[in-house]
Formats: sequence, structure tokens, C-alpha cells
Amino acid sequence: MASTYTPIATTTLGSAAASYTFSSIPATYTDLVLIASTGSSFSSSADAYQLTFNGATTSFSVTRLYGNGSSANSDRYTTPYAGWISTALGADTIHIMNYANTTVYKTAITRSSSEGTYSIAGATAVLWQSTTAINSVKISGTSGNLLSGSTFTLYGIKAA
Amino acid sequence: MANTYTKIASVSVGSGGAATIDFSSIPTTYTDLLIKVSSRTSATGVAENLLVKFNNSSATFSNKTLRGSGSAAVSYSFTTNGFGGFLNAATSTSSTFGNTEIYIPNYAGSTNKSFSSDSVTENNATEAYALLAAGLWSTTTAINQITLYSDSSGTIQQYSTATLYGISNT
Repeated sequence: MASTYTPIATTTLGSAAASYTFSSIPATYTDLVLIASTGSSFSSSADAYQLTFNGATTSFSVTRLYGNGSSANSDRYTTPYAGWISTALGADTIHIMNYANTTVYKTAITRSSSEGTYSIAGATAVLWQSTTAINSVKISGTSGNLLSGSTFTLYGIKAA
Repeated sequence: MANTYTKIASVSVGSGGAATIDFSSIPTTYTDLLIKVSSRTSATGVAENLLVKFNNSSATFSNKTLRGSGSAAVSYSFTTNGFGGFLNAATSTSSTFGNTEIYIPNYAGSTNKSFSSDSVTENNATEAYALLAAGLWSTTTAINQITLYSDSSGTIQQYSTATLYGISNT
């Protein structure tokens, strides 16, 4: 049986950190999937986590759809707000398509499940307007640190 | 070569339906769990809540949902049970089943258990739903049993299926 999902790297934060970076990502897969169970030290509202590709925070276009338990909303940013984190460890999936293709811009779909003081269920469409192959992915909080005990696993997916 | 996704168990509901779909004695040898569900209930309406229990508990759950109906999007909280998604219900198009995916990271760890759900109901009519949900089970016990059941005391209908996968990060 073909093994289409291959773990590339995994980590558990031993202490709170501003960010975590997967670097030296091989270009040998078709897509990437990042599974994150993380939260934020920021407790005044839901925090947004950001994605950085190859150290870049520009040339992003992000469209978000989310619900907080009382209202449904959609908005758009050029800051790479890719999902939500709260005061409890959540369940987030980030799917990055054609990350090593050097002729197309890079797109990602994220799904956020943050539960805690301020909880969000949401999805985000991310466009990075760059044809450069992605070789590093950084995830960081916007207003707080990523919680100790957060887990991050990066999988490579092969189409064939 | 890594075998990241492993089928742990699969259930196909037989004639007469079933009150619940149960996965028990779940080994702690994986990192995450993924459940794929195709389901329909006898409950009235076009859609009904697909509820979950972990370790036979329906307590200490909190959930947020985002739901689109084809004409509007709403968000609501759900705290009385574990919320897994939707099943197609009795007045939806016959022979049509809802699809749900529930992802549970770190199910065997010692932290509270978070999970996410994607779910759709399908209906050859104007009312059908697409849903995202965030769930938290505020219990640090490892999950060794998962129960799926229909809200409103519905019976899960014949031909409904559920498959539990273990996902390893090594």
C-alpha cells in the first residue's frame, strides 16, 4: 500500500514560545499538512495565529470565515492571519497545496478549532503571491505566546 | 516507510438501525484519531445533531459551531453534549447520508481534549447544511472509547458507516 502521508517533523513545546518554525522542508512531496494543537497566552480575546513562509510576511491575501458562538463573520486581510487560538489547546489543520511548485502562487486552506475563554470555529483561505518553493513554515501568535505543551506535526503528502 | 494512517475499526449499521456507533478499547499507540462518518437518522427534520461521548461521558464538553444553510451563516454554542456534526434526518432526500469528519489530536495525552469537526448534510431541496465545529472535552483522561449517537433519540439508520483511524507522527 502506498504511504501517501509521511511525517516530516514533529515537536512539543516544553515552554511557551513566540513561534515555532519548520525549516529545511524537502521539496519531494506534493502538498504539506500541518496539524497543530496549540493555544495562546493572550486571554483578552481570541488570538489569531499567523503563518510565515520562507520568512516572508508580505504578499499574502487571506479570507476568513468564522463563528464565535453567537455570530458568523467573514473578513479579509493582507496580514497572514491563518486561524485562531485560544486559552486551551485546540485542533488546527493547515493544508498547503503545491508548496514546491515554482510556477504557481501558493495556496493554503486552514481549519481552526479553538476552545477556551474565547472560542472560534473557522476556516481560512490563504494565498501567498510567490512562485518560490516553500522551505520553511513558521506559526506564531499575534498577541500572545504559543502555550507550553503545544504540539506541531508536519506531514508531506504525495499525489502518487 | 511510515504508515501514518491506520484503520483501527469500521462499523456499518445493519438492518433495523442502531442507537449508537461505538468504538471501544482504542489503543493509546497513536498520536491523533480521525473518524469518518456517513450517517442518517430516524429523527424528524432534514438534519439532526450527531453527538459524541468520550469514555461514555457526555459531560464537560463545550463546542462552538459555524453553520451555513445555503441562505445564511450562523454561529452558536453547544454545551450540553459533545457535538460531532450532523446526520441527514428523516425528511431529507431518501437514501442520502450526511458526511462528517472528526479530528482529535493528542487523544491519549494528559491535557484536555480538543477536537474539530467538518460536516455536511445533503438534500435535494433548499435546506441543507455545511458546518465547522470546535470542541473541547475538559478531561485529562486518555480517550479509549468513542460513542456516536443521534440527538432527539433518533436511531442511526441502516447503511450508515463510521471508520476510526489512528494517525502516527513517527
